[in-house]
Amino acid sequence: METVELTSSDVMPAVAPACKQEEFEMVYHRPATMVDVSMHYCPGCAHSLVHKLIMEVVDEMGIQDKTVGVAPVGCSVFAYDYMNIDMQEAAHGRACAVATGIKRLMPDKYVFTYQGDGDLAAIGIAETLHAINRGENILIVFMNNAVYGMTSGQMAPTTLPGMKTTTSPDGRDVSFYGAPIKVSELMSALPGSFYVTRQAVNHANGVRKTKKALENAFKYQQLHKGTCLVEIIGNCPSNWKMTPVEAAAFVDDEMVKTFPLGDIKVPKAEDLKP
Amino acid sequence: MAETKLMKGNEAMAEAAILAGCDAYFGYPITPQSEVLEYLAREMPKHGRVVMQAESEVASINMVYGAAGAGFRAMTSSSSPGISLMQEGISYLAGAELPCLIVNVNRAGPGLGTIQPGQGDYFQSTKGGGHGDYRLIVLAPSSVQEMADFVYLGFDLADKYRNPVLMLSDGAIGQMMEKVTFHPYTVPEKNKPWATVGKPETRERNYITSLFIQPERMEVHNQKLEAKFKQIRENEVRFEEINTDDAEYIFVAYGLSARICQKAMDLAREKGIKVGLFRPITLFPYPYQRLNELADKTKFMLSVELNSGQMVEDVRLGVNGKIPVEFFGRLGGMLPTPEDIVHQLETLMQHHGNR
Ligand SMILES: Cc1ncc(C[n+]2csc(CCOP(=O)(O)OP(=O)(O)O)c2C)c(N)n1
Ligand code: SF4
Ligand SMILES: [Mg+2]
Repeated sequence: METVELTSSDVMPAVAPACKQEEFEMVYHRPATMVDVSMHYCPGCAHSLVHKLIMEVVDEMGIQDKTVGVAPVGCSVFAYDYMNIDMQEAAHGRACAVATGIKRLMPDKYVFTYQGDGDLAAIGIAETLHAINRGENILIVFMNNAVYGMTSGQMAPTTLPGMKTTTSPDGRDVSFYGAPIKVSELMSALPGSFYVTRQAVNHANGVRKTKKALENAFKYQQLHKGTCLVEIIGNCPSNWKMTPVEAAAFVDDEMVKTFPLGDIKVPKAEDLKP
Repeated sequence: MAETKLMKGNEAMAEAAILAGCDAYFGYPITPQSEVLEYLAREMPKHGRVVMQAESEVASINMVYGAAGAGFRAMTSSSSPGISLMQEGISYLAGAELPCLIVNVNRAGPGLGTIQPGQGDYFQSTKGGGHGDYRLIVLAPSSVQEMADFVYLGFDLADKYRNPVLMLSDGAIGQMMEKVTFHPYTVPEKNKPWATVGKPETRERNYITSLFIQPERMEVHNQKLEAKFKQIRENEVRFEEINTDDAEYIFVAYGLSARICQKAMDLAREKGIKVGLFRPITLFPYPYQRLNELADKTKFMLSVELNSGQMVEDVRLGVNGKIPVEFFGRLGGMLPTPEDIVHQLETLMQHHGNR
């Protein structure tokens, strides 16, 4: 089983009291785009890590003053407490409509949404699909943890077949509720989508790839050629009723069977010309 | 020079939106106001403004939220069922204190109802509509001219108080053609330091939210909103009075029913009945105080509405038991004739005279 670097990478290295800080070489620091507070997310939750990745990209691209984020209802509705950028909180499911309103008025700004699976694939699938179909030049960060995190673990449209949740106590019955929605595959079929990829952050390699995907997606916004959708398999140890280590393993052992990782739609070389 | 044109109410409102510096309009077709989206789809791009047919009214109102949160003058319009669908978004706009203009060209309901004019959305418009403690500033036009004028006023009030403004029109005012003059208007310079436009180094981040998870902070926010609504109640009451000076009886009516009452008043005056017309222009804030004063020299008031009796409750609150307040209305998109109203007035005069 993979070891989990999820939580360790999220914690500032502790400085032993006897040592002076200047004796150390600084190899990691909090990006200026992160607010210096501790997060409310559960231990082992993917949200905190992905917040940091997005903010690192914004920091490294130097676009803090040109970026507006939209966080709808879900565990990450508090994103604006942590991301040191201008943000709008949106009603449950409506992030893509709100982002459309922002981006259409300010086409040169970088606009992203940060949505859970309940938000994006259940209550807000119409707004999401239409935004992508219009090719809104936004980035949709889709945090797929296969449950409703914030409301304590009910079934989501992405809940795995047979997976137990508080509202599918005997496991998701596909004959009753249908199969999990493969959002990225579905949305990649729309001509408006420009770049669609599915990543996971349950170990270091995935974290690196996820960051690269986010970086691509932010850069592609400059091209004004369509919507970028970065789906990220998010660990939700609390509602999966697992330890963080078990949750990280569950992503590899179970989640990727339904939600295989990798690029689903990538722009061709000629598409990348302005 | 002010330009005068012959126009439909809905189109006059759309044209006024352009003149009022509306940066973005988001809408979804519904009778009797689809002309607004059609007009703006044609005209807005010529002015470099944003216009978009959304996938639903839920999307429209949330697009308005995004644009308003970024500091732009944004607006939507719809008719009753569509406005119902927007209520969650409207509550969020009010909670997050975002200025915008929403127009309801009221049709008769409930449910799908009919496309004919109605005033059944009075409660929804004035008492909250969506969830939580909030009010909209509600303007009730009774002519094509006012459908244009209240666009400017609506945007100005929205910006002044950082609160959504609702123009409550109806299918008749929206569809009828009248003369309208577009008065010169200077779009105010944008001064919205709270808007989310990207955080420069020179200021703290801005965020738009209606979320206050700690009840202590939520209550403080609620109190802030209440203080604002109190200010609005004190400063923004608007109404029109015709022939109330010598009136023994008063019709109270807004929008289309006020137009019909005006004719009824003329007919009654020809018969020597001293009746006046009181027309609330702001439905929130409601002119309670003035109605209370008028009650001192009036025998009774008659609230005339195109519903089963909604505003009459506010008239009674204003009058506060001083005199009888009666109700007369037609339902389902049907309109009373001026003669119907005079007949009702005479019946009530007899009834109250005989007591
Ligand atoms: C209109 C509406 N319905 C229901 C809710 C309750 N609610 C809040 S968050 C949520 C689900 C969140 O799940 P998801 O989008 O997957 O985000 P997660 O918390 O898992 O990250 C629900 C149903 C709400 N806030 N608004
Ligand atoms: S409930 Fe799940 S998604 Fe929400 S903070 Fe906890 S681990 Fe994260
Ligand atoms: Mg979820």
